[in-house]
Amino acid sequence: MNNIAGTKSGLSWAVNISVVLLVSLWLFPTIGLLVSSFRTTDQISGSGWWQSMFTQEQNSTLRAADPDDGAQQLVEDLFVIEGNLFEGQNPATISVWGTSSRAIDVYVPGETADLGDGEAITVQANGDYRQTSPIEMTGRGQRVFVTASAPPEFTLDNYKTILSGGVTEGGMSKAFFNTLTVTIPATIIPIVIAAFAAYALAWMDFPGRAIMVAFVVGLLVVPLQLALIPLLRLHLGIGIGKGYLGVWLAHTGFGLPLAIYLLRNYMVGLPRDIIENAKVDGATDFQIFTKIILPLSFPALASFAIFQFLWTWNDLLVAKVFLIDATGETTVMTNQIVELLGTRGGNWEILSTAAFVSIAVPLVVFFAMQKYLVRGLLAGSVK
Amino acid sequence: MDPALKGLLTIFIGVGGCLSYFYLSNQFLDKVLFPAKGVNAGRNINRANMIRPWLFLMPAIVALGLYLAYPVVATLWYSVTDRSQDNAFVGLDNYRQMMSEPKFWEAMRNNMGWLIIVPAASTGFGLLAAQLTDGIKWGAIAKSMIFMPMAISFVGAAVIFKLIYDTRPVEANQIGILNAIWLKFDGGSGSLLMLRILPAMLMGTVAAGFSYIAYSFARPLWAGIQPMDSMMAKTGRVVLTVVSAFFVVTSLRMVFGALTAQHDYGVPQTWLTIPQWNSFLLMVVLIWIQTGFAMVILSAALRGIPEETIEAAIVDGANPFQVFFKIKLPQISGTIVVVWTTITLTVLKVFDIVFAMTNGQWETQVLANYMFDKLFRANDWGVGSAAAMVIMLLVSPILVWNVYNVRKEMR
Repeated sequence: MNNIAGTKSGLSWAVNISVVLLVSLWLFPTIGLLVSSFRTTDQISGSGWWQSMFTQEQNSTLRAADPDDGAQQLVEDLFVIEGNLFEGQNPATISVWGTSSRAIDVYVPGETADLGDGEAITVQANGDYRQTSPIEMTGRGQRVFVTASAPPEFTLDNYKTILSGGVTEGGMSKAFFNTLTVTIPATIIPIVIAAFAAYALAWMDFPGRAIMVAFVVGLLVVPLQLALIPLLRLHLGIGIGKGYLGVWLAHTGFGLPLAIYLLRNYMVGLPRDIIENAKVDGATDFQIFTKIILPLSFPALASFAIFQFLWTWNDLLVAKVFLIDATGETTVMTNQIVELLGTRGGNWEILSTAAFVSIAVPLVVFFAMQKYLVRGLLAGSVK
Repeated sequence: MDPALKGLLTIFIGVGGCLSYFYLSNQFLDKVLFPAKGVNAGRNINRANMIRPWLFLMPAIVALGLYLAYPVVATLWYSVTDRSQDNAFVGLDNYRQMMSEPKFWEAMRNNMGWLIIVPAASTGFGLLAAQLTDGIKWGAIAKSMIFMPMAISFVGAAVIFKLIYDTRPVEANQIGILNAIWLKFDGGSGSLLMLRILPAMLMGTVAAGFSYIAYSFARPLWAGIQPMDSMMAKTGRVVLTVVSAFFVVTSLRMVFGALTAQHDYGVPQTWLTIPQWNSFLLMVVLIWIQTGFAMVILSAALRGIPEETIEAAIVDGANPFQVFFKIKLPQISGTIVVVWTTITLTVLKVFDIVFAMTNGQWETQVLANYMFDKLFRANDWGVGSAAAMVIMLLVSPILVWNVYNVRKEMR
């Protein structure tokens, strides 16, 4: 639009750079979560995820084998312990090392450190060491402080742990299916109900239609917090209790105003001729609705379906109040993550993986059906 | 039974039941109750058509009435009764008790902060993103990247940002980016620029903006009001002037704060436990999510502006900034109001973010979480319902405004 009237804006470079900055700022947090979910516990707590792509310099304290463990051998009058410092860990390359916490960088690999009393230790770049002593060594293994660089490494183990249920009872896979069980009917039922109601409000003549529309618009903004106590009481009173039926009904009720509003706005805009022609040809309202209106309203139906899907999938409050009972059998993913936050707040490999499992599905839906989501947003914001 | 299979079966029953209602009730109406044949065919068709709208509307009316309208009344009733006294009417006791709790006022204060900062920042960033991305080739991709957080749950976002705000002991490597950046500041000239001069200038700009708004509201008051301006308009102007003046003072105090505050350089901060800052850091999460929404709507509005107005301005020699502020902005002001109110509604209901990140500790309480706390942890339905009524009260101006507009539109 800046090229109108033949003037090329000189700001184009500045605009491009600002957009790059803005986009990276917005992507940065999500990418952090994604990258963290592929790192091991040690890597996550050892360095920020933004360093994960590079070879990392890390200071760590390692130990040679304990002399008492039988690692000690007598070779030509010398007691010798040999091995690799990185045994049982990821391999790394040592750049400098030391034997005291106050001087961790006095030796380069290949040099020999004098430990006193004739005892000495030599450490190679790959972690191999050779500790020697004229007398028998006792006590714990020699501490070695190394500065090592480890190559970047990623793993799928976190996803295996999370999905197999090693962390939470029943695992995220159970919560995943529970979430799906909540989401699908809670998306379809309001669409069906709202489509019929929207058609009635758009194309049927009956007294009180205008008031009904105003009523729906008014309910559009009623905070669902108000509904928690009265409805929970109602559910417990009529025997639905806490469970899937209750949560479906609740999501249906809370999603209906937006659904009716969106669909009615769309249906009102459909050409009047088609409907009147069909009526002249003897079609009933039910036939007009199912054969003409529904297929034509597909874009609006899709928009609302995405909204409701995202909303029910991401919901925590409604599930907590109407679904999850004391047994925790019907827990959903958002609730599972909140519990993990409480019990394993520091275990980022678990938290980030669990969170990513839960946001993966909405992200796929989002990118696949973005067009409809945007269309729905534009129609749905009350003018 | 396999959970997946069980889920499938329940889904089938739930959706199937709903569909069969519509089909069977219509069949019943047309075939059994008022069949469109025989002697009374004409009368029957008319009768069926009188009933049919209600058949179509019935489930919606029942669901809306039961799940949204009834709770408003019921909550109002609970808020003036006491469950422990056998639901006896206690008047405004619950409200009085709520008002005497410092936590409630903390929640109110924080909510006001949320109500001002989140819509303003989201709309501002959204407008910026919309205007910038509209002009470039890869704008569509950039837009969907900024829009993406809309798909992420509040809980997921809470985890994402907790990682950003993470704190490790001073000797360990910081894995939260915020602390990693913080430790780069050492009190030198870089810190002076980034932590004092830049924020002070930013807040100074905000103060200047509010001064201008206050001035433009107040000016007609002494410049002589046109006779058609009513008393109401006058009072409105006075109120808006006072409010803007308050913001001027607040932002000037923040300028002063930025210039004089003492910082712990070199010490990793536990961000979520620092009062006021932690509320702001929670707001960042919602701003991150809502900016995409604002951007999408505002970008559509920007594209809807008639090109002739912009062309005319450019021909007259307006620069891009003038085109944006003097031509485009006034034409999309209606949309900005819509975006602002929609985000305001989201903010009033914000619960998950606070619940997952701090649970209202360290002075981050907000109304929705306060209410949840009262209802399900303290089991105090009276005060909880009273808190819910406060939220309802706060949204009701928007409710009235929406209904008024729709009535006007339908006429």
